Parts: sequence; C-alpha cells; structure tokens
Amino acid sequence: MTESHLPAIIALTFVLFSILIPLFGLWKEKLCQPLAVLGSGLAASFSIYGFITYLKTGSIRYFFGGWEPPVGIEFVYDGLSGFFLLVINTVAFITIVHSGRLGKIEFPGKQMPYYALAMLMMLGFNGMILTGDLFNLYVFLEVASLSGYALIAIGTKQAPYAAFRYLIIGTAGGTLYLLGVGFLYTVTGTMNIIDMAAMMPMYAENSAVVAALILMVVGIGVKAAIFPMHGWLPDSYTYAPSPASTLIAPIGTKVAAYILFRVMLYLFGIELIDAVIPLSYLIGVLACIGILYGSIMAIAQTDMKRMLAYSSVSQIGYIIMGLSLANPFGFAGALLHVLNHAVMKACLFMISGNITHQEGHSDMSRFDESYRKKYPWSMASLSVAAISMVGLPPLAGFFSKWYLALGTVENSNWLFLGVIIVSSLLNAVYFFRILERVYMNDPYEEEQTEEVQQKAVEAATYNEPPASMLSPTIILALSLFAIGVANVIIVTAIMGFFPL
Amino acid sequence: MFDFFTGHYAYWFTIILLCVGVYGIMFKNNLIKKTIGLAILQISVVLYFVSIASKWDATVTVLDPNIPVDQVANYLNPLPHTLMLTAIVVGVATLGVAFTLLIAIYNRYGTLDEQELLEKIQ
Repeated sequence: MTESHLPAIIALTFVLFSILIPLFGLWKEKLCQPLAVLGSGLAASFSIYGFITYLKTGSIRYFFGGWEPPVGIEFVYDGLSGFFLLVINTVAFITIVHSGRLGKIEFPGKQMPYYALAMLMMLGFNGMILTGDLFNLYVFLEVASLSGYALIAIGTKQAPYAAFRYLIIGTAGGTLYLLGVGFLYTVTGTMNIIDMAAMMPMYAENSAVVAALILMVVGIGVKAAIFPMHGWLPDSYTYAPSPASTLIAPIGTKVAAYILFRVMLYLFGIELIDAVIPLSYLIGVLACIGILYGSIMAIAQTDMKRMLAYSSVSQIGYIIMGLSLANPFGFAGALLHVLNHAVMKACLFMISGNITHQEGHSDMSRFDESYRKKYPWSMASLSVAAISMVGLPPLAGFFSKWYLALGTVENSNWLFLGVIIVSSLLNAVYFFRILERVYMNDPYEEEQTEEVQQKAVEAATYNEPPASMLSPTIILALSLFAIGVANVIIVTAIMGFFPL
Repeated sequence: MFDFFTGHYAYWFTIILLCVGVYGIMFKNNLIKKTIGLAILQISVVLYFVSIASKWDATVTVLDPNIPVDQVANYLNPLPHTLMLTAIVVGVATLGVAFTLLIAIYNRYGTLDEQELLEKIQ
C-alpha cells in the first residue's frame, strides 16, 4: 500500500518541511535546522526503503490523481531514479546535519530562509529525478534553480553577482531545454517520457528531433557544467556560504547529469542519437576537455573552495564520459562515480567548512604543518577523500575510474583512456600539494628559527570543530572505504538497470 | 521561396525574438538590459508554444453540443497553452529573483554596469 505511494511521499516530505520551517522559524529560529535535519532524514530513509523495495519488486509508477500517463502526469521510480534519489537525499541529510553550527556564523539571522530554500531546492531535485513528464521536469528544474540562486546569493562579497551570472546562464539554458521540448511535442504530440520513447524510432531522421536533442543537451549541459558551459560554476561555489556550497556541489550537477542519462539513454536511445551526427562522441570529447581543463585550473588555485569548484568541473566530466561511452561498463562507472563524487565532494567541502569555521579562511597557502596537530580528524578525512579522488585502490574513487577505463577499452577508445590516466595524475598534483603542506614537514624541524618553531608548537593545540560538524565529515570519509569494499554489490545493482 | 517566409511567419517571428534575447544577454553591459534580454528569450519560447497550438476555424476547448468531439480539428489543442501559463509564472519568478539580486548588487557596489562592476570587484 505505502510502497505504491512512495514516489509522491518522498517529494511531499520536502514540500511539507519547506512550509513547516518558515512557520516554526517565525516562532523560534533555533528550530529551523533541527526541522531541516528531520525533513531530509525522513526523505533519506524513504529513499533507502524505496530502493530496497525497488530491488525486491521492481519499478513503481505513480499516477497523479489516478489519470493514466498520456493524459496525466506520473512519477516514475525505476532503478536509475531510485539510485539517484538514494544518493542525493542521503548526502543532503548529512550535509544539513553538518551545516548547523556553520550556518549560525556564516549567515546569522538568515537560518529560516536558508533552510526553507534548501528544502525547496531538494524538492526541485527530487521532482526532476522522479518525474516522467518533460514539461514537469522543466518546472522542477526551475524550482531547484531559483532556490539555488537564492542559496548562493546569501553568501558574502560578490555572491549576488556570481548568483546573477548563474541565473542568466542557467535560465537561458532552461529556456533552450523548453524549446527542445516544444519541438519534440510538435513531432510526437506527447510530453510523457515513456510514451515518447516508444514513438521515437519512427522519427529517427526527423530534423526537428535532432534539433530538439541538441537544444536539450545544451540546455541541461549548462546545469551540468559540461565544459564550454561551465563558466558560472567556480564563482558560484566559491562565493556561496560554506553550507550552501556543501549542499549544492555534491548534488546540483549530478541531477543535471541524471537528466542527460534519462534523455539520451532512455528517451532517445543511443542509436537514434548517433543516427545523424555522432553526438555521443562529441559529448565525450567535450567531457575530456572539461576533465583536463578543470584539473589544470584547480592546480592554479590557492583558495580551497575555488580549487574544489574547478575539481567539480573536472569530475562531472567523468560522469558525462561514462554516459557517452554508452556501454554497460561506462554506465556502471558513471553511476558509481555519481555516488563516489557526491560523497567525496561533500566530505572535501565539509573539511573546507570546518577550517573556515575555526580559522576564518580556506586559503591553502596558509595551511601548514601545525594543522595536523590542530585538526587531526579533519586532515585525516581530507587525506582519505583526496586519495579517493586521485583513485588509489582500496578507496571508492578507484573503482569508478576502473569501470570507466574498462568502458573505454571495450569501445577501443584510447583517447578517453589516456585522459582518465592523465587527469588522475593531475588530481594527485593538486591534492597532494595540501597533504604535503600538512604532513610532510616536521613541525620540530631544526632549520626553522626559534621564534617560528615556538609559534608552531604553541598554536598546535587540538582545535577541531564541534562534534556536529566533525562526525559527518568522518562518517563520509569512512563510507568511502565502505563503498570501495562494497563496489561489486553496487555495480551489480547498477548493471541491473542498464537500458540497452 | 516567398511561401517559405510567409507560410512560417510565426516561426520567423520566434527566431527573431530568440536572437534579440540572446543578443541582449551576450552583448549588453547593463545588467538590467541583460535581464530584459532574458525575458525576451523566455517570451519567444512561450510564443512558439502558443503558435503551434493555434488553428484556423477552430474553437476554444469547451464542449459545444453543435460541434462533435470526434472531429478534433474543430477544437484548439489546449495543452501547450496551459503549459505556457506555468512557463509564464516561472518567468515571472525568475525575473523576481533576478531583480532581487540586482538590488543586492546595487546596494553593495553602487553600479549595474558590468565593466564598472568587474573593476570594483578586483
């Protein structure tokens, strides 16, 4: 009984809490964050329950108002959407737990709008993932984007300008997507994805369908920050308040990548995409350029948040590359990387938040050896996440790259394989730079002057942030080991819903 | 050739509006003008949807006993029009957020010209 209503319940949780938080927030502002934790926790547990139900009984289609799909709107809870919901809701829950203390410092007095908007943004993301209707997807896309712009603009300094640039680019992208949907509607006469997918083979050579495909890929590509459309991302993530970038960075671009998966593999199908122009290869090449560009730009940064933002541009490239390979290994690698990158990026942004909370900056050139005494747990988590990012075996990051590499070998695509290897080395350059600053120098080294040495020893007392911030960081770092060990189980589940 | 232009004049109109909107977004320095360009871009898509659903000699989608339902050509397609109501609302919300951000930018930097703004940010 409840199972069949599960897709609606997950989205409804966020609607309910985005209304409850302003109501209780007007009474007592302290209640906002616990309520947000409760809301996202409920949604996360529903998603876990839903995914287990999916594995047992198969996909769920929820018809709103009992109207059957071509007429009505539906939510589709299948393997792909279940997996994405599980990832984003769990990560969002952990980041909202983490954001409590940080939020009080970074935006005092704005708790209520922040958490209400965070719930609205999560509603948008959940709706985008669940919906089976292309126009409904546009509406949820705009719900998520508009709350995202506001969350970014809460930050200091040039945050409003960064958010405004994102708004202009993002809305233009959304509009192009809508135009693409319009083209598809004129050709097929339906908005339902499953219905439309069944009609697609009839229109393989239709130029309107090709134009629609390109418009949709460009429009969603803006949100996913595929290489030439990534310009909004570094500024937005850097100037957004730390809790907001911790929430948006692991989730936002993944959901856009999910739409690309849905549109390219499920709606059009890979044969139709490559029927007129080799679009999948083209997207793969763009992803490769993005991977290299993001890594190189990340090396050039001194601010940790900005470096992580460029690293996001690079990491989203892996997911898009896996999509463009369009074979089971590439698909599994890309989806595993969605999970890994969400966990790794959340962990890294949390560490940047922890250091901002204690030190008031996240400038990597001011990191020194005293940090390993001041922040033993944060720095240990940083090492784990960084090594996972580079891709060394026992950790999660290795396995997604491994499956992607298998995918490139299966397609005999040596260019992409080379890019994966080179970018792993580049990742090593920009992460080991921090680790070297923190771990490699001996704090009691004799070369240092007496004064500096004295200072380092004095400063080096235990200075970790409170447990509400530290424990999410450590949990995420530990889960990287768990995902690494359990990768076979996850990949087997992912292979189960490969569409081709 | 002439038919190609006159026969599709609604689409040409959409394309022109789309180009005006993109031009406004890309080449105007004033942030308000960029926002106006964005609004024009959105409206062009709305007009596209409205134009694909309109028909000659068809009536509104309210059941008329004199016009049989099975002859669908007698009725307009209501779906794109209703969808566009939602799209217009989305557009209004976007403009609201954009102007809020512009007010925040103006209060912080005292200008809305992109070149001046970039110099002040440096």
